[in-house]
Amino acid sequence: MPWDAFPSALDLARFQFAFTVVWHFLFPAFTIGLASYLAVLEGLWLATGRALFIETFRWWLRVFAVAFAMGVVSGIVMSYQFGTNWSVLSDRAGPVIGPLLGYEVLTAFFLEAGFLGVMLFGLNRVGKGLHFAATCCVAIGTLMSTFWIIAANSWMHTPTGHDVAPDGRFLPLDWWAIIFNPSFPYRFLHVVSAAYLTTAFIVGAVGAWHLLRDRANRHARLMFSMAMWMALVVAPAQVVIGDLHGLNTLEHQPQKVAAMEGHWEERRAEAPMILFAMPNMAEERNDLELGIPGLGSLILGHSWEAEIRGLKSFPPDERPTNVPLVFWSFRAMVGIGMLMVALGIAAFVMRLRGRLYDTPWLHRFALAMGPSGLIAVTAGWIVTEAGRQPYTVYGLLRTADSVSPIAAPAVATSLAMFVAVYFVVFGAGIWLLLRLMAAAPHPAQEGPSEGEPIRTAGITPAPSLPHGQVTQPGPAE
Amino acid sequence: MDLDLPLIWALLLATAVFLYVAMDGFDLGVGILFPRLDRGEERDVAVNSIAPVWDGNETWLVLGGGGLLAVFPLAYAIVLPALYMPLIVMLLALIFRGVAFEMRFRQDTEAGKRNWDNGFWLGSTVAAFSQGVALGAFVQGIAVEGRGYAGGWWDWLTPFSVLTGVALVAGYGLLGATWLLWKTEGALHEKARGQARRLGGTTLAFIATVSLVMPFLQPAFADRWFGFPHLLFAWVVPVAVVALAVVLFRFLAAAPPQGARTSLLWRDAIPFGAALGLFLLCYIGLGISMWPMIVPPAITIWDAAAPPSTQRFLLAGAAVLVPLILVYTGFVYWIFRGKVRAGEGYHH
Ligand code: HDD
Ligand code: HEM
Ligand code: HEM
Repeated sequence: MPWDAFPSALDLARFQFAFTVVWHFLFPAFTIGLASYLAVLEGLWLATGRALFIETFRWWLRVFAVAFAMGVVSGIVMSYQFGTNWSVLSDRAGPVIGPLLGYEVLTAFFLEAGFLGVMLFGLNRVGKGLHFAATCCVAIGTLMSTFWIIAANSWMHTPTGHDVAPDGRFLPLDWWAIIFNPSFPYRFLHVVSAAYLTTAFIVGAVGAWHLLRDRANRHARLMFSMAMWMALVVAPAQVVIGDLHGLNTLEHQPQKVAAMEGHWEERRAEAPMILFAMPNMAEERNDLELGIPGLGSLILGHSWEAEIRGLKSFPPDERPTNVPLVFWSFRAMVGIGMLMVALGIAAFVMRLRGRLYDTPWLHRFALAMGPSGLIAVTAGWIVTEAGRQPYTVYGLLRTADSVSPIAAPAVATSLAMFVAVYFVVFGAGIWLLLRLMAAAPHPAQEGPSEGEPIRTAGITPAPSLPHGQVTQPGPAE
Repeated sequence: MDLDLPLIWALLLATAVFLYVAMDGFDLGVGILFPRLDRGEERDVAVNSIAPVWDGNETWLVLGGGGLLAVFPLAYAIVLPALYMPLIVMLLALIFRGVAFEMRFRQDTEAGKRNWDNGFWLGSTVAAFSQGVALGAFVQGIAVEGRGYAGGWWDWLTPFSVLTGVALVAGYGLLGATWLLWKTEGALHEKARGQARRLGGTTLAFIATVSLVMPFLQPAFADRWFGFPHLLFAWVVPVAVVALAVVLFRFLAAAPPQGARTSLLWRDAIPFGAALGLFLLCYIGLGISMWPMIVPPAITIWDAAAPPSTQRFLLAGAAVLVPLILVYTGFVYWIFRGKVRAGEGYHH
């Protein structure tokens, strides 16, 4: 039969979920941070009255609108994917994770979506204070969204506060325990600071790009300086949070940590920290291992003597299904985290020497680091999710038992459509984002100087605003 | 105190889904009408009239999906696989449309702009059509075995579901046209009036056809409409449809009197209200047919309900948050009240 070679519906559904969620998360990872950054910029403008802040605000607002729209539409897909592709999971775990997503909609999505319109179009219709409130609502909305979705996701990693019915359904008992499950606090902090870093490095790269063209550009200086402060403070914090997160994972999902570290054998003490290896799943060992003796025990156990469990101490059907993927993604994330710290420190040193804006190598470094947050976030999620395999609800419900009764050709068709549409539509959207970010920010281009006609963003030059509202600057040009 | 939680939730979710249909209906409708609008200013004004609100409108769809997962997980787990293809196509169409929104304003070339305009039209139309198809397939009934969907991946495609698909495109078009009639002025306003008249007639014809076919789909439906004693109440719905149709056409025909601005504004809103009324009546009619099934023909809202601890937990929040959401959503609509003029709106 020709179908023998066809991937199973399960594999296709997994790939489809991973593909759509990674695309989706690229946008929130950027907009969560950008919403807060915009709120800060507008707040600084209100506090100081300096035009520089509101001009920079308006410049980023256009970028935000596009990125946010892509986050919304890719997110709507996610909330239906659970049912279309993971219907057994939905039936069983729906009573627990469903209300968390429900609260996400009620407390976050409506807040964001409702006030987004005011934020984007309302600066001429409502007062400054109300407009700032709308910006803050959007920023708070993104954080609440993070709270709930991470609670749901964390519960699936470290389920607590429920009972399992005879038919396999999860029955919620204690909502507090469900939401504040053991991995939630670490994961929440880690993801929020990841989002802030993602934004900071994009803002920093944009600032650096324009500084490389024109060192005197005040908007570029502002962006670069603010981003480098964030890098200096948040990147080291992220390393600490990540370490704590890893220790927590060691407690609850030791298989995942063994895969992340590339440990196959049990080590009573002085386990090495493996820097480089080729995990070989068939032979249950690493090819070409390069490690630092003892450091593994020190990092994971915070002592040279700590005992480390290897993958072999778990039955094969309890181990992550793709060890090299977990191992390498983890290295990508941690490596980028270290580079982020390095850039933050380098920029600080240059700042102390008064050369923050006149050091092209620093700007090139920052430019190269622009996408680093997005890469680290993707790698981090792959560690988290691939390391959770073979379960969807850890230890309780297997991925293979979670999937919808849909035939493989149907999933293959939908997957092909997703791939085609995502690459075309989001590809075009990202191209647009890059173009927006490449346009040099300067006041003349930024928007109406008082009393001048406002144009639509389109090609048709349109007459000025009615109702004499032009005393306040518009959201953008 | 013993609340019938599944009943409360069924009513709440039904309301959320109706709010979605009413609100995203008109903004999808504006997209459906796109080919009829002149390139350039007319289209820009039309898009600006929905730009500040479409995201909020679409959020009701997310609430419908998320809410179903939370409080009727079994229904979610059966209906979504059953409607796999129409739902996926709908999601992809919404993606196209959401991004086209942003892209069409930022094209340097005429050709680029035309392409994204077409994308906006196509996305809106396909989304509306797939929603209609999904509705038709759902009403016709879904094969269930144990706790899962037991049909194939083409079960949804029937003449009836295609009929409801086309009907919903026309209906959303009517909502879009009456919305534009309300929110715009000048040539676009008059154009919207013509479109609304044409689509009003088409929509009513579809309502009649679907209503005639419905009772023959499942015996339970026929009993609802023609059996005694239901008949005593059921006749109200078709009569109200006729009454609203009369209102719709009266206000579509009337030439705008030279009146004060505000009274004109609200007068222009009446056809939109009447079109929404028609949607509401159809929706109620559907509810009468289906009650109390959540997955026809076999699963009731009580069969599909999540455990009470789940339903209670979310209800506590919804009781506070849904009214709050309605208030600030209303406030946002209020901020953007009045006619939309060229050059206003999409300034970023
Ligand atoms: C860390 C934060 C985070 C994470 C892990 C996710 N999202 Fe997300 N999501 C957001 C943060 C966010 C956001 C920043 O809040 C967005 C971006 C644009 C928006 O409207 O909200 C969003 C949008 C967004 C929307 C559209 C909301 C709207 O209509 O306004 C939906 C339905 C989802 N998401 C659903 C999901 C699902 C099912 C996820 C998991 C599989 C998921 N998100 C992961
Ligand atoms: C060197 C520093 C870092 C360490 C030690 C670290 C550690 C970890 C660990 C152990 C996990 C998996 C946790 C689990 O699945 O239970 C994880 C996940 C993740 N990491 Fe990191 N990380 C670091 C840096 C970063 C950076 C710089 C970013 C992004 C800017 C990032 C983003 C993420 C994300 C988004 C996840 C998935 C969500 C989660 O489970 O928290 N990490 N990290
Ligand atoms: C409520 C939240 C979430 C739920 C219920 C959930 C559930 C799932 C499910 C059912 C799968 C498919 C089974 C599999 O792992 O193969 C999966 C995989 C995956 N998820 Fe999550 N997920 C959630 C959040 C996220 C988020 C926010 C991301 C970030 C972008 C993410 C990233 C991934 C990745 C990369 C995979 C593929 C891993 C693999 O297939 O090995 N997940 N998740």
